[in-house]
Amino acid sequence: MTEALQKNEANKQSFTLNFGPQHPAAHGVLRLILDMDGEIVERADPHIGLLHRGTEKLIEYKTYLQAIPYFDRLDYVSPMAQEHAFALAVEKLLGLEIPLRAKYIRVLFCEITRILNHILNITTMAIDVGAMTPLLWGFEEREILMGFYERVSGARMHANYFRPGGVHKDLPPGLAEDIMAFVERFPHVIDDIETLLTENRIFKQRTVNIGVVNAEQALDWGFSGPMLRASNVAWDLRRNQPYEVYDQMDFFIPVGKNGDCYDRYLVRMEEMRQSVRIMKQCLEQMPEGLIKVENYKITPPPRAEMKTSMEALIHHFKLYTEGYHVPKGETYTVVEAPKGEFGVYLVSDGSNQPYRCKIRAPSFAFLQALDFMAKGHMLADIPSIIGSLDIVFGEIDR
Amino acid sequence: MGISRKLEDLGRLIAEEIGTDTLAWSVEYDELMFIVERPSIVRVLTYLRDSKGLQFAQLMDICGVDYLGRELRFDVVYNLLSLVHNQRLRLKVQVEEGMPVPSVVSVYSSANWWEREVFDLYGIPFEDHPDLRRILTDYGFEGHPLRKDFPLTGYVEVRYDEEQKRVVYEPVKLPQAFRNFDFESPWEGMDFAAQTLKSKQPLPEVSS
Repeated sequence: MTEALQKNEANKQSFTLNFGPQHPAAHGVLRLILDMDGEIVERADPHIGLLHRGTEKLIEYKTYLQAIPYFDRLDYVSPMAQEHAFALAVEKLLGLEIPLRAKYIRVLFCEITRILNHILNITTMAIDVGAMTPLLWGFEEREILMGFYERVSGARMHANYFRPGGVHKDLPPGLAEDIMAFVERFPHVIDDIETLLTENRIFKQRTVNIGVVNAEQALDWGFSGPMLRASNVAWDLRRNQPYEVYDQMDFFIPVGKNGDCYDRYLVRMEEMRQSVRIMKQCLEQMPEGLIKVENYKITPPPRAEMKTSMEALIHHFKLYTEGYHVPKGETYTVVEAPKGEFGVYLVSDGSNQPYRCKIRAPSFAFLQALDFMAKGHMLADIPSIIGSLDIVFGEIDR
Repeated sequence: MGISRKLEDLGRLIAEEIGTDTLAWSVEYDELMFIVERPSIVRVLTYLRDSKGLQFAQLMDICGVDYLGRELRFDVVYNLLSLVHNQRLRLKVQVEEGMPVPSVVSVYSSANWWEREVFDLYGIPFEDHPDLRRILTDYGFEGHPLRKDFPLTGYVEVRYDEEQKRVVYEPVKLPQAFRNFDFESPWEGMDFAAQTLKSKQPLPEVSS
């Protein structure tokens, strides 16, 4: 054995490996240039931008209402959370307070979004390290959640549902009951997935002590969300800087101890359980009432009214062509998206189009930390680390 | 009201500490914002990160803003977060075209890619940056797409050429001229909207 090692040492040579941009474990169009010493990664240089669509530039040429669909297409596995950040930013500049029912609907769908995202992340990470079944089980549930999306907004993924001033439509009849039935059933599915993974010897071998990030590094690299919490920093914007009705919700914030891939998996698992709790509370507490502000400069008038009222017709026309003018100002508004802190830095010059809309994507910060996380690990650990980072290229490349 | 007073106290304290490097500061929408001298950005950020009473341990974002027509054309905006004090802070540096900004990678490692992004999209160079390459745009891209004088359609487009068996770059050909509608109609503009919203505060000026 030692002889073989020594021989290896003599033949040692570093070489460069190109990983991606089309690789199933790259979770999108990631191109990684890896400097390898045998099987050990010495340096990882991610090349991003292959999905760059110029979202920020396009938003500068659209009205505030037209900008929302772009947010669905950033992190396309958690669309509503991002619409939320933009809607909150615009409402902040406009000085709008949305009705209570709209807040509950938003929180409800944000948590649905969180589960959507975490199912995708956990199960695809499992498939990266060799476990196939969680994906099949998880995606069955994802399909149901997308069904809720469709029933409320008409689209399974790109919902365009949260608008400045509230949400677009009220929940259709029967949806609340169906979500409640899901809430009752889903914890068992999480249990099932856990029996496959949490104590699974192979899964643990592939994730425990892989890609360790301590608290100090996590702060230095601008981590947020589950990535930060897995490194034993109890920080959740839903709790620390509550928006909408999160301050009235009763939920726990799981934190990890070691900051490795396994802890990040555990944190996300527990977050799904907490999301289910929040959803249940939302459904129980949700009041009747308006779902958007009744200001027809900001939200469209009801269709029935348009048939009889000339003024409503004009409002509708002007809203969807000119849009509304947002007072001069700037804000950096954040939400706790499933991946972490999703921020919108919005600068308004008083016109009907944003002057600048910078999108702060959580995975952007995670991916740039890949270099130090991967250093010294084997090539086979890279998919495991990338899986635990929870990156989606829609929001990294924008 | 309580929050903004607290913020103003904090702002005054920081402005005193930073001293003459503060060009302006304000509290808008319950957000604290500072404009500081360009050469002192590293010193200011180090102070904000290490000072016991502030502890802005996280740099959440760096971005550029292009104010075309202004003498100091660009803003470089730093968004900081203090977890200990649950406080956010926005720092700004104003630069002319082509003027370098000191890199803050030595203070926050996360600044690395964000500075690359600002360089890529706005062409603002960063001094002492360890690896200042383009990040989001194509290999060999020319120009800085988020500048206000860069057209939305860009200058080149790509297609796969069947004869040459490779992707070729060509100047953009628009089948229809790019149209930018002027919706600045006199119809109940923003003043009216602001009134109907019963906005409590007067309209703030955009800082420029």
